[in-house]
Amino acid sequence: MTKDACKKIVLDIIADIAPDEDISNLKSDVRLRDQMQLDSMDFLDIVMELRKQHGIEVPEADYIHLASLDSCADYLTPKFEALGK
Amino acid sequence: MNTATHYDVAIIGAGMAGLAAGIRLAHFGKRVCIFERHNAVGGLNSFYSISGRKYDVGLHAMTNWVPPGTKGTPLGKLLRQLRIERDEFALHPQKRSRIAFGPRGETSLTFTNDFAVLEAEVAQKFPAQIDGFRRLVALVRTYDDVSLDAVPESARAVVRRHLSDPLLEDMLFCPVMYYGSASEHDMEFGQFVIMFKALFLEGFARPVDGVRVILRVLLDKYRHAGGERRMKCGVKRIIAGSGRADRLLLDDGTEITAAHIISTIGAAETERLCEAKSQTSDPKSQMERAPHAGHPVGRLSYCETITVLDRPPSALGWGEDTIIFFNDSERFTYEQSRDAVDARSGVICLPNNFAFPDGQDLPEGLFRCTCLANYDAWTGLAEEAAYQAEKTRWYGEIQHSALRFMPALPAADTLSRATIATDMFTPRTITKFTGHLGGAIYGSPVKIRDGRTPLANVYLAGTDQGFLGIVGAMLSGISMANFHVLAGPKA
Repeated sequence: MTKDACKKIVLDIIADIAPDEDISNLKSDVRLRDQMQLDSMDFLDIVMELRKQHGIEVPEADYIHLASLDSCADYLTPKFEALGK
Repeated sequence: MNTATHYDVAIIGAGMAGLAAGIRLAHFGKRVCIFERHNAVGGLNSFYSISGRKYDVGLHAMTNWVPPGTKGTPLGKLLRQLRIERDEFALHPQKRSRIAFGPRGETSLTFTNDFAVLEAEVAQKFPAQIDGFRRLVALVRTYDDVSLDAVPESARAVVRRHLSDPLLEDMLFCPVMYYGSASEHDMEFGQFVIMFKALFLEGFARPVDGVRVILRVLLDKYRHAGGERRMKCGVKRIIAGSGRADRLLLDDGTEITAAHIISTIGAAETERLCEAKSQTSDPKSQMERAPHAGHPVGRLSYCETITVLDRPPSALGWGEDTIIFFNDSERFTYEQSRDAVDARSGVICLPNNFAFPDGQDLPEGLFRCTCLANYDAWTGLAEEAAYQAEKTRWYGEIQHSALRFMPALPAADTLSRATIATDMFTPRTITKFTGHLGGAIYGSPVKIRDGRTPLANVYLAGTDQGFLGIVGAMLSGISMANFHVLAGPKA
């Protein structure tokens, strides 16, 4: 799993939970919250969809790692690799 | 047929809150079942048919309407959380609404889904109050109304810090209270904020076919996500042990178990399920057991008259108003009616008067009027004939009162000549079909924002959790499912 592939997975989830947001020009190094209207309910959904679709567990203490696409990729890519993906 | 005996989550009640909670939980892989005593979904916002004619109950309009693309409002949150596309609800905005006060509606504030209209009306009719009004609106806009642990504060007290004219104060409280307050005279400021935003800063809309469109979307999502439901099968008793619900006894006599239970039937109603042993399930006889030390039952109930017309309201010169909130007295009194009905104030709804697309309209004209009513006065009528006679009498009184606030008709019998059917619901109807004690549509005056109950795995959602209105009810189901089950320690 490359970091770009990991970002794509996160973007697909965001597109699914927030179809009313334009995600075509998101900057990887800027907090998602600052580029889109995402509240805590939406972040919960990103976590829940990661579990449902990919079997990835994100404990609450680690939610901070989902702040930007770059930090998502840094945090999630090893988790995907650990699952052999 | 759903006959499993164990679920991750059991939901009591298939109203807006129960369906929304169910969609969330089923979507994320929980085995969930909704138990509903009635044969129709919707709870307080449902529908029925008489003689092939379809009627809505509850819903005058869906509140919280915002233009497409508006971010961060309850409607948007709801659509996201339930994975519903906005177009599925097929909402069409209102034309305009009015707050009409005085014996003939002499003082009137018009409002639409564009807040600037109300602001301009206040500036024109209450020039000395406009600065205070703007400060109040600024406070409302920034208030955190979905906080689950806000400190309660009197809405009247907060509003009076900004407005000194009691007429304007009452005119703002009238719609806000009628569309959601379970408290008499005053309400908690957080609840006022929720309703003020829902009605004035956001707005009214409706699908052409009414509440059944919303319910159909919710049911489809729920079914598609794998949720189960059992209709005509309520929960008779919650059997507890060691501070937790062990199992649920169903109306059909069987028992099921569930790790979590979300009850949408009300706080006092849920409490009684927990303590019910050999008692009758007839809510009236339960009401008469006194005194009851538990969660307070709401004191506010309502009657609604429904008049079906052979022509659209516009043909009577009533084509402009969607909703009219009226009051004929010097002060607006929102309290339990002393008589069977308090017709001094009320709400008129003309469901035809939304901005429907060309060629789409309701098949007939509708004229609905809602007033405060007294539960005991209506349930005390033992004889069916006496009940029917009271309905006929008060139907006339309510309509007579409401007509004072409508554009004048050409002749005294114009309305009756255009009327092809009528119906009316009373507090008795509400309790019969929704199970809400006291006919209290808005539930108990005491809300439980975090949804917790004395039983560790039983949570409240819906009316008594305290997010008001139809969108609030759905958000309540979503929030409680998220907070207690999906994000909970044992998720």
